[in-house]
Amino acid sequence: MIADFDYQFFIEVLVGGLLSGVMYSLVAIGFVLIYKTSGVLNFAQGAMLLFAALTFVSLVERGIPFALALVITFAIMVTMGVAIERTVLRPLTNKPPITLFMATLGLSYIIEGAAQLIWGTQVHGLDLGIEDVPLEIGGVLISQFDIFAAVVAAGMVLLLSLFFRYTRIGLSFRAVADDQFAALAVGLRLPLIWGTVWAAAGLVALVAGLLWGARLGVQFSLSLVVLKALPVLVLGGFDSILGAIVGGLLIGASEKLAEVYIGDYFGGGIESWFAYVVALVFLLIRPSGLFGQKLVERV
Amino acid sequence: MTAITGSFSSAPVLPKWIVPFLLLAFAYGVVPLIGSSYLFEAILLPFLALSLAGVGLNILTGYAGQVSLGSAAFMAAGAFAAYNFNLRVEGLPLIGSIFLAGIVAAAIGIVFGLPSLRLKGFYLAVSTLAAQFFVQWALTKFSWFSNDSASGVIDAPKLSIAGFAFDGAVGRYLFALTIVTALTFLAYRLVSSQTGRNFIAIRDNETAARIIGIPVLKTKLLAFAISSFIIGVAGVIWAFAYLRTVEPDGFDLDRSFQILFIIIIGGLASIRGAFFGAALIVVFPLALSRLGGFLLGDVFDSGVLDMSQRIVLGALIILFLILEPDGLVALWDRVRRRLLFAWQST
Repeated sequence: MIADFDYQFFIEVLVGGLLSGVMYSLVAIGFVLIYKTSGVLNFAQGAMLLFAALTFVSLVERGIPFALALVITFAIMVTMGVAIERTVLRPLTNKPPITLFMATLGLSYIIEGAAQLIWGTQVHGLDLGIEDVPLEIGGVLISQFDIFAAVVAAGMVLLLSLFFRYTRIGLSFRAVADDQFAALAVGLRLPLIWGTVWAAAGLVALVAGLLWGARLGVQFSLSLVVLKALPVLVLGGFDSILGAIVGGLLIGASEKLAEVYIGDYFGGGIESWFAYVVALVFLLIRPSGLFGQKLVERV
Repeated sequence: MTAITGSFSSAPVLPKWIVPFLLLAFAYGVVPLIGSSYLFEAILLPFLALSLAGVGLNILTGYAGQVSLGSAAFMAAGAFAAYNFNLRVEGLPLIGSIFLAGIVAAAIGIVFGLPSLRLKGFYLAVSTLAAQFFVQWALTKFSWFSNDSASGVIDAPKLSIAGFAFDGAVGRYLFALTIVTALTFLAYRLVSSQTGRNFIAIRDNETAARIIGIPVLKTKLLAFAISSFIIGVAGVIWAFAYLRTVEPDGFDLDRSFQILFIIIIGGLASIRGAFFGAALIVVFPLALSRLGGFLLGDVFDSGVLDMSQRIVLGALIILFLILEPDGLVALWDRVRRRLLFAWQST
């Protein structure tokens, strides 16, 4: 069996897996952004993604030009971020993180329901104007769309990393993430910071929503990509953007390879849980993910 | 996370057992006589199954502080295990199948609880999703579990214990009520025992619990085992007594969230809370569809109903977290204390 191992095919599967992993990373970055600044696992990220994509598509279908629709959707996402901060997060300041997590669970129900109540439940096609013709690079076929997605993801990561490291507001984000109470005490304006970060998460949701929407069609199941992003987060560590990327690549590659090479032994369809098992195995070795911050426990 | 509520509320006039006793007397003596079959089929049976699942999850999440998003997987495991024991083991009484199903669910619970030994908080919550997806996948993939039935949907066996058949809606109601009562009583005893206090200690501060000598690892696994046992039996009731069929689709991620919502709305770390929460979760969609149909007429079709249910449910969760973090139980206790006070001062 080893003798006639098809390396060409192996590399094609691997590259395809890595690139689809980038798509997972795109969603995961939105989570990391909010986790870094508020210590909240924002389960509503998927719903926000659905909402952004659905709003954009519906605007374009109503004859609004591409660029304008993008601006309007972004404005809506920012408004939503600010509204979430005002109505949900502010009353829950200084509550345990798990309470905030449950609040975002409720939030995801509201946003999903609202998105479909406003824009309807039918499936929309989304054309970003990128042709999905496979390119041949070094004898391996690679989807052009995947490369585009990878470039977008790379750009976004670069931007966010610079922002967190070098700007004043980026630094205050990190202070808030470290200790809300202390950040309040030294006079950081928590509402402003949370509002900004949720708006940024809205932007990430918009970008991810458009790319995923172009791939899968814009519909309810789009909000389920959250479930694909969670193992990526666990693997990479909730508070590391680099982790989200590396985790995405690892999950994407191992998932595809497993599906192709060992999936048959299980009767196929293992992609629904395989990523979680990979993440769990990693976690047993490193409990806060690959790049996550170590917890120091005190009594 | 939350304080234990209600254990020393101000009702010194009545002994503590009187309220549950009266409720049970009402549930056994009066409800079967006056209830319509709609009441049993659409409200009481799902209420009982979900309450029990809520009690189970509350032991794990409310008392021991380990958030689980995979409850529906354990319900599914319980339901399918009971079906298969009943089908494949000759002469095993139904109650034996149900007990063994609970054991199977507990075993699966321990396996998926193993990560809790190293993981905390969100990492653990996400890893419990593995249980959700794996169990659902296994049950759909391997037709052995559903006895090679083509549609994957199978009829539940007749409910009978020691020759006495629980037929019809009322029979199934009494069957479910008895199991729920027994397990709830045991759960109540458990949380007021040393083990229950160990759970709470681990929830409140794991490191401190370890220092005062609580065997943290063993206790966590025990919490997973007991919680999964109860949730597994709740799954049996859901499938055998309420739906009368066993199918993997009903035990999806939304069901897991539903059970989590039940304990948030009802009150974390409160056995009574699960019942309050389940009552709200079961009655609220029915009420909303009636109300919507009445107010809006034809505009309110099933699609709109589904969406507005999601919105209102999500809003309820957030409202409870902000305004009443200890849930309906705390609300109820406060109202009761006020009433009692008003009554005493007249």
